[in-house]
Amino acid sequence: MVWEALLREGVRVIFGHPGGAILPTYDALAPYEAAGKIHHVLVRHEQCAAHMADGWARATGEVGVCIATSGPGATNLVTGLATAQMDSVPVVAITGQVPTNLLGTDAFQESDVVGVTAPVCKHNYLVTDVNELPLILKEAFYIAREGRPGVVLIDICKDVQNAEGWFRYDFEIDLPGFEPWPQVDMEAVRKAAELINKAERPLVLAGHGVQLAGVGRELLQMVEKAEIPVVTTLLGAGNIPESHPLSLGMGGMHGEAYANRAVQSCDVLIAMGMRFDDRITGRLDAFAKQAKIIHFEVDKAEVGKNVVPDVAVVGDLAETLPALLPLIEERRHQVWLQEIREWKKDTEQTDILNYEVDELIPPFVIRQLWHATHNAKNGPPIIVTDVGQHQMWECQYFTHDHPGQLITSGGLGTMGFALPAAIGAQMAHPDRLVWAVVGDGGFQMTMQELAVIKQEGNLPVKIAIINNGFLGMVRQWQQLFYEKRYVGTPVWSPDFVKLAEAYQIPALAVTKPEQVVPALEQALNTPGPFLIDFRVKEEVNVYPMVAPGAAVDQLIRRPKPAVMQGYSGVQPSW
Amino acid sequence: MKYTLIAWMRDKPGVLSRVAGMMRRRNFNIDSLQVGHSETPGISRMTFVVDGNERMVDQVIKQLRKLVDVTRVENISEQPIVAREMALIRVSTNAENRSEIVQMVNIYRGEIVDVALDSMIVQIVGSEDRVASLIDLLDNFGIIEMVRTGPVAMARGQMEHKYRRSTAVWRAQANGRDATAAERFRTGGV
Ligand SMILES: Cc1ncc(C[n+]2csc(CCOP(=O)(O)OP(=O)(O)O)c2C)c(N)n1
Ligand SMILES: [Mg+2]
Repeated sequence: MVWEALLREGVRVIFGHPGGAILPTYDALAPYEAAGKIHHVLVRHEQCAAHMADGWARATGEVGVCIATSGPGATNLVTGLATAQMDSVPVVAITGQVPTNLLGTDAFQESDVVGVTAPVCKHNYLVTDVNELPLILKEAFYIAREGRPGVVLIDICKDVQNAEGWFRYDFEIDLPGFEPWPQVDMEAVRKAAELINKAERPLVLAGHGVQLAGVGRELLQMVEKAEIPVVTTLLGAGNIPESHPLSLGMGGMHGEAYANRAVQSCDVLIAMGMRFDDRITGRLDAFAKQAKIIHFEVDKAEVGKNVVPDVAVVGDLAETLPALLPLIEERRHQVWLQEIREWKKDTEQTDILNYEVDELIPPFVIRQLWHATHNAKNGPPIIVTDVGQHQMWECQYFTHDHPGQLITSGGLGTMGFALPAAIGAQMAHPDRLVWAVVGDGGFQMTMQELAVIKQEGNLPVKIAIINNGFLGMVRQWQQLFYEKRYVGTPVWSPDFVKLAEAYQIPALAVTKPEQVVPALEQALNTPGPFLIDFRVKEEVNVYPMVAPGAAVDQLIRRPKPAVMQGYSGVQPSW
Repeated sequence: MKYTLIAWMRDKPGVLSRVAGMMRRRNFNIDSLQVGHSETPGISRMTFVVDGNERMVDQVIKQLRKLVDVTRVENISEQPIVAREMALIRVSTNAENRSEIVQMVNIYRGEIVDVALDSMIVQIVGSEDRVASLIDLLDNFGIIEMVRTGPVAMARGQMEHKYRRSTAVWRAQANGRDATAAERFRTGGV
C-alpha cells in the first residue's frame, strides 16, 4: 500500500535504514525495486536518510521521502526532520511502530514517535487501522507539499503493515483546518505598490520563499523596472543573480557591511518569502527603523511574529508578485544606488582577497572553487555546505547566479548536513556537478555516508573539506567574546585522504595556495567522487560580523591591511 | 490582559497534546483550557483563556490555525460573552457553622450536593469572579478539596447561522448508522 501510494506521488528514490518494525514494508518493496520503479538507498545513520531526502527535495522541489524503523531508527531521524522543517523543505518520513496491541507498553524498540516529532513536523500521523493508510498517505504528501512546505511523518504499526486492505487513492482531500494558500487581498497588493512607487530608497529583502514559489525571474523584472537593490537571506542566495548590479548579496550576521547598511537606511523594505530570523535582523528594536515594511508571505503566522509590517501581503508569491508587477512604476534610484556603491568601495578595500597571503586561507579556496566550477556543463553547480565558518565564507565568496544553487541548513544550522544532503542532491541530478563544502568538525559527524557514495554506483559527489583544526565558528566566538579560551573547539582529525582511500574514493590534500587550482582541476577531471582536504590556516575569522544582540549595522569589520598577516601589497588576485 | 479564545478541532487522538504542545513550545501562557464536544459530532470545542498582549494573542491564534486538526479559531475577547465555570468544593463543617455555610451558598446560588458529618460538597456554576468570591468565603471554614473547570464561553446575542459543513460522522448519523473508523478519521466540518 505504501509503495502504491508513493508511486502515485511520483516518488522514485527513498532513503532509509530497515529494522524489525518496518520489515513488512521493506518486504513489500521487493517487486517495486525489481521492476526499477522505486529505488531504496541504504544510509549508514537515519539522520542522514532525512538529510538525503532533504537534499533531494531542495534540489528538485519534489517531496523527499525517508524511511526508518521504530524506536532508535525513528529518534535518529529527528535532527534531519527538524532541519528540513525549519527550512520549509517538503519531506515525508515513514517509520515503523510496534504492533497496536503493544502500543504504550514500553515494548521492545517502542518510542512515542508522534509525540517526539510533533514539534519538528508540519503534521504527523500514527496509523492503527489499515483502512486509514491510503488516505493518510495522500494527505501526508498533500500537507508536505502545499503552501509553505514542511515535514510530515507517518508512524505505521507493524500489524497495520501486515494487514491486508483495499487500496484506493482517488480521495478528495478534506482538510478544513489546513489552509495552504491564503486568499490574496488585492487591496494589500495595491497598497504595497503605492508604497514602493513612492519610495526613494527602496530595498528588497528576499528569502527562501522566492525560490519555493519559483519567482526569481519576476523578482528580477520588478527590481529592474523600479531599480531596487536586493539583499537576500542565507537561503535566498541566488534569488537574483549575485553578479547582477542590483544584488547586494547576503545580509545579516555575516552579510557585507553595505548590505546591512542598506537594510538600515532604506525607506521601504520589501520583505519577500522570509521570516525575519534573528540572524538576519540583529537586534529587533533597532532593525530597519526608518523603513516602512511590506511583508509578502504565504504563512500567515509569520506575519507579525518578529516584525510587524506596515503592509502585509499574504498569499502565494507566484500569485502576488505577478499581480504587483504591473502596478510598479518604472523608476530610477541613482542617488540611493550611488550611496550604496560608496559603502561598497569601502568593503572592497578591506576585502581579505585583496591581500596576497602565502598561507592557504579559506576565502581564497572558495573563490577558486567558484572560478573552477561556475561554468560547469550540465547546468550550474550545486554547492551543499555544512555549518560553520566555511558556510559563511561560501556565501561571501561564491557568486550564486542561480536560485537553488546553494543548499545549506539555515534555520537549524545542523552540522553534518553537507555530505548526506549532497548525496541526495546528486541522486536527484546525476549529471550535474555537486560539491559538498564542509568543515573538519561537521564532516566527522556524518562521514560514514561516504559508503553510500560507493554503494550507489560511485556517485560523482565532490567534497571540499575546509580543515582548520577547529570547530572554527565556535572558536571565533570564543576568540571575540570569551577571551580566547578555546574550550572544546580544537578538533583532531584523521588523515582524510587515507580515510577516503579506505572508502576507495580518490583524494588529495592541499596545503599551499598554488596547489588549489590544480587540485580542483584534478577533482573535476576525475570521473566519480573526489575528496580534497584543504588544510587551511587555522585561526582565520569570518568578517564582517554582527555580534549577537547588536543592531545589524553594528559590525565588526574586516581588519585593515596593516594587521593582515603576510600582506605584500599585491593587487587583487581574483 | 486576559483573552478568551475558542477553537474548534477534529476530535482525534492526540489533538489535545498537539495544541498543548504548541502552546508550550511557543512559550504562550495558558490560564485555563476547557475541552468538550461541540454541536457538530466529530468536532471538539476548546475554550482558552490566555494571558498576554495583543501581539501574543495574534500569534496564538495564527499558530493554532496552522495546526492541521484545528478547523476554526475565534477571539471573542472583544465581544460581549457569557463565560461560566463550575467548581466543586469540599468544605469542612461542624454543627455550629453548617447552616451559616448553607446560607452563603444559597446567596451565591450554589448547591449543596453532598453532606457528611464533618464536611460537605458545594457546587457552584457562574462567572469566574463569582466562583472565586465564594471560594474565598468558604476558605474561612477550611477547604479540604476543590476542583474548578475553568471557564467555557460563548458570544452573546444573535448569531447569524453560518453554513456549517457537516462532518463525515454527522453525515453517517444522519443516514441512521454509526460512523465507521474511516469516517471518524475523515471528520471535516465546521
Ligand atoms: C549538530 C551541531 N552541533 C553543534 C553546532 C554548533 N556549531 C556551529 S558551527 C560549529 C563549528 C563547526 O566546525 P567545523 O565543522 O570545523 O566548521 P568551521 O566553522 O571550522 O568551518 C559548531 C560546533 C551545530 N551547529 N550543529
Ligand atoms: Mg573547522
